[in-house]
Amino acid sequence: MTDAEIRLAVLEELTSVAPDIDAEDVGPDDDLMQDLEIDSMDFLNLVSALHKRLGVDVPEADYPSLATITLATKYLSWRLRRT
Amino acid sequence: MAIFAMPSLGADMDAGKLVEWLVGPGDTVKRGDVVAVVETQKGAIEIEIFLDGVVERLEAELGATLPVGAPLATIRVKGEAIAADDAQPKAVVAEPKLAPPEQPVPPEQPAPAKVSDMPPVVRSMPAATPGVPAPSSPAARVLAAERGIDLSTLRGSGPMGAILLTDVQGTTVLSATSAKAEAPAPARKPGFDAQAMRVAIAAAMTRSKREIPHYYLSQTIDLQPATDWLAATNATRVPDKRLLMGALFVKAATLAATAVPELNGQYGEAGFRPSAGVHAGVAVALRGGGLIAPAIRDAETLNLDQTMTAMRDLVARARSGRLRSSEITDGTITISSMGETGADQLTAVIYPPQVAIVGVGAPVVRPWVIDGEILPRTLVTVTLSADHRVSDGRRGARFLAEINRVLQNPEAL
Repeated sequence: MTDAEIRLAVLEELTSVAPDIDAEDVGPDDDLMQDLEIDSMDFLNLVSALHKRLGVDVPEADYPSLATITLATKYLSWRLRRT
Repeated sequence: MAIFAMPSLGADMDAGKLVEWLVGPGDTVKRGDVVAVVETQKGAIEIEIFLDGVVERLEAELGATLPVGAPLATIRVKGEAIAADDAQPKAVVAEPKLAPPEQPVPPEQPAPAKVSDMPPVVRSMPAATPGVPAPSSPAARVLAAERGIDLSTLRGSGPMGAILLTDVQGTTVLSATSAKAEAPAPARKPGFDAQAMRVAIAAAMTRSKREIPHYYLSQTIDLQPATDWLAATNATRVPDKRLLMGALFVKAATLAATAVPELNGQYGEAGFRPSAGVHAGVAVALRGGGLIAPAIRDAETLNLDQTMTAMRDLVARARSGRLRSSEITDGTITISSMGETGADQLTAVIYPPQVAIVGVGAPVVRPWVIDGEILPRTLVTVTLSADHRVSDGRRGARFLAEINRVLQNPEAL
């Protein structure tokens, strides 16, 4: 999977768990919690969705690595290469 | 015959707009069935009926904005003979539990997003007509914009000709993506009219502050045992099965409410009526402003995992604007949590006709004394706002002590 594909997957799952957020409004470095007002429930739903979609189970300790779309892409790409 | 009337969905509702009938004349209905969808200041609410019978006639037209108490349908009550023509409706079957609104119907608020404007989902629709912009998924729009592709030149493969991410990607199909069924893009975002919701909150909170003599008690609780237990538990679970601290707070408050019944119930014209079950309202903040607190019914019967599942479901439906009328009206105590970050302390305003609300601040690591030793611990400040007409500080303190006790032994939950 290329980084562009991972990025799209994250964006798609994000707008799926938070349908009131427009993908166009999501900046690559926006903090999901601070800037986009994603709460802990939305965030957990996003982690669940990424687990189902990409097969990557993100442990709680690594949640900060998903703080922005750019960070999440980098982290998930690294996890996918290791498997 | 009985009239099924527009229910009041709380102190802050005066009128609602009928946007969908889920039953028609001749249909059999039973208590608890969702029969209509009404657009309110809290979004679209599924209205449940409170009796068993057969729908005789629909009395209200789609799109009509009707005051609370206005007839929606005539119901032939179970056991009643087929309508004699002169049978006058006997009873008004509005929401049985609530006092009528006290304020006159205000000028009509701008209506929130109308469900009736949504295109019906038709499975076998052909692709979109040329010239008419087809719906597209957010991800498809993003990719199209990135690649400079004009969406109107694409043929969508989704329902109603919706352009999906895979359509934009062309022949480069990701296996993960293609396996996932993409929902059609909604015509507009599910949502709430922020201004209408503000009016609703203003009405409820003004009434609360005018009528309810609040008293407030705060207790700082050592959350370290719960934090450690939660981290260890979640480390062994896949994301779908993980718990949030918020579920522990709801569970702890529910148990405390069963121990102090003066805080669990509703205050009506006849005074306080305690509730046998704990219908735990969970305050859900909505992006763009506003707040809604639907209730988990009989929360005392749920274990921690079930509480978490119920909260997940409730939050999802609160966000998409699809709550049931009983969830809006049945709450007997509310829990409002700051979440993981934010202010240390949250002193909340009681949601009438309830008599107590629990405000949970954001957990923070602070020095704490245990056995004469200063240790860094995760602490949380829990604040009870309660109705002095019903309870006193001593009982309120008992409630907070119970929450503390429960959170010191999270493995017992």
